[in-house]
Amino acid sequence: MSAIQEVVTEAPAVEAVPKRAMTLGYGTSLVVLGLLIVAPMLVKNFIIFQLTMLLIYALAVLALNILTGGSGQFSLGQSAFYAVGAYTSAILMEHVGINYALTLPVAGIVCFAFGFLFGQPALRLSGVYLALATFALATAMPQLLKLGYFEHWTGGVQGLVVTKPDAPFGLPMSQDMWLYYFTLVVTIAIYIFSVNLLKSRSGRAFMAIRDNEIAASAMGIDVALYKTLAFGVSAGITGVAGGLGAIAVQFVAPDGYTITLAISLFLGMVVGGVGWLPGSIVGSAFIIFVPNIAEGISKGLSGAVFGVLLFLVIFLVPHGARQVAMVAQQLTGKLRKN
Amino acid sequence: MELFTNQVLAGIATGAIYACMALAVVMIYQAIDHLNFAQGEMAMFSTFVCWQLMQWGVPYWGAFLITLVFSFAGGIAIERLLFKPLAKAPILTNVAGFIALYAIINSVAGLIWDFTIKQFPTPFGSSPFLGSQLISTHQAGMIGVTLMLLILLFFFFRFTRMGLAMRAAASLPESARLVGINTSWMIALGWGMAAAIGAIAGMLIAPVVFLEPNMMLGVLIYGFAAAVLGGLTSPLGAVVGGFLVGVFENLVGTYIPGVGNELKLPIALALIVTVLVVKPTGLFGRPIVKRV
Repeated sequence: MSAIQEVVTEAPAVEAVPKRAMTLGYGTSLVVLGLLIVAPMLVKNFIIFQLTMLLIYALAVLALNILTGGSGQFSLGQSAFYAVGAYTSAILMEHVGINYALTLPVAGIVCFAFGFLFGQPALRLSGVYLALATFALATAMPQLLKLGYFEHWTGGVQGLVVTKPDAPFGLPMSQDMWLYYFTLVVTIAIYIFSVNLLKSRSGRAFMAIRDNEIAASAMGIDVALYKTLAFGVSAGITGVAGGLGAIAVQFVAPDGYTITLAISLFLGMVVGGVGWLPGSIVGSAFIIFVPNIAEGISKGLSGAVFGVLLFLVIFLVPHGARQVAMVAQQLTGKLRKN
Repeated sequence: MELFTNQVLAGIATGAIYACMALAVVMIYQAIDHLNFAQGEMAMFSTFVCWQLMQWGVPYWGAFLITLVFSFAGGIAIERLLFKPLAKAPILTNVAGFIALYAIINSVAGLIWDFTIKQFPTPFGSSPFLGSQLISTHQAGMIGVTLMLLILLFFFFRFTRMGLAMRAAASLPESARLVGINTSWMIALGWGMAAAIGAIAGMLIAPVVFLEPNMMLGVLIYGFAAAVLGGLTSPLGAVVGGFLVGVFENLVGTYIPGVGNELKLPIALALIVTVLVVKPTGLFGRPIVKRV
């Protein structure tokens, strides 16, 4: 039995997305940016808060998109990185007294290191195995955060309360609105960074690994380095999102970062279109607003409605929002010609 | 020394739960090459069906059999309706599908039977087994059923035409099709069998962990850990892995201070990661060679 070696030609982990199809054109980007700047001036404080969360989750989905759409690796454990980022920010603000804006880069660096280290064992894994290991990470994280040893720092089961920052320089803005613009600036910075990353040598290396690992290593790409790097970058961005999330929600607690969050982020990526960075914001909107809609349809069945919607997306628009956007583009192209 | 033996015995008893679950996980992995994240929820749903039948007055073994048939048919139906169209899709799409299935089953079960904890009867009774305080007759029965299941599966895969065809369809689908095996139906059959084994696991576990829609999450993670430890390609490995994981969990809880119930899941995580790093094929698994 052992003399026979099985030969397996695996199905690709994710479909290849050409580099150019990963971003939006300049014009469309400016329109979206304009909308994002104007939006909070027209709505109430609670909706501004929701928009802030929209941007934060968009960041987290973007991070997963770099990992999966870019380098072809899975993660169902993004909630763990999100939690580490959130706790890093919260602990630095409340126990050490560091300014909230300065905690974000620290959260990013801590998570980068954590992701890079977790990427080491993950290197041996591909596809389903990696999904499995990260799935275990996500389910284990809340229990780790509740541990008695760290209770002095993490607040144990109760968690930590975080103070919401005021607008600086005496700007005439509500706290929510200031936080929204602050998040928007961070999001745009990270978005530009991500787009450039994927256009760079490292980004091309990610994509080569995604499309064919063996061929990539034959071309001289250090597969191990770039795979862990992708994990690190993704975890780092998720950490920044987590930090922002802690500041926006004003509270961190272990049960806020369960596997449900990781699954939501994964769904956000699938809905937004794997490997299409602007889709992150569409995916984020899906995971924030659709549960509300699902609950509106039937309170007890919100999970089922969510699941059914997901199946519809998989079957009808397997490329998510990217597909919709492309169809829309073709249609407008046709209209212009006529 | 007595403490040690007792803890090992108790570990074997809990290990039987994980072994059952791991067996179901490995079965479906063999058939479709994917890990089914909804496996635990499918088992939970089957267990609820059995419970409902008993509420309606069906005797235990009658309900048991009906549930097995229901689960088998249910597994095949899910495959035909939802996952057959995804056979050629990337792994990512399949994972998303499993998660959607997970959400649907969990939520539907919660709606029908609500989230209160329910007692589930055992056919073996719960008196001490052979005078031992640590293993009850139910746990002994569970170990027995698991081993019997393993032997049945072994005979099925080794000595029947159907079993051979299923193995062929799983390892080399194209060649299997060339010799006239209907690979698509073999996959459906794999789903059906995995669902039925999962149902048995669920019905055996329910008297221990109590019946409620979220009862399977911890068990599933440990089932995964057991399957990974034993090697995802080997049913025997899954069962051995299950018992080992049960013993390991108990010994760690006894001898390492500060590790209690609240660290259950991190232990499973550590175990999965360690096995995957040190020996990715598991104890009994075969290495898989990739073709360029």
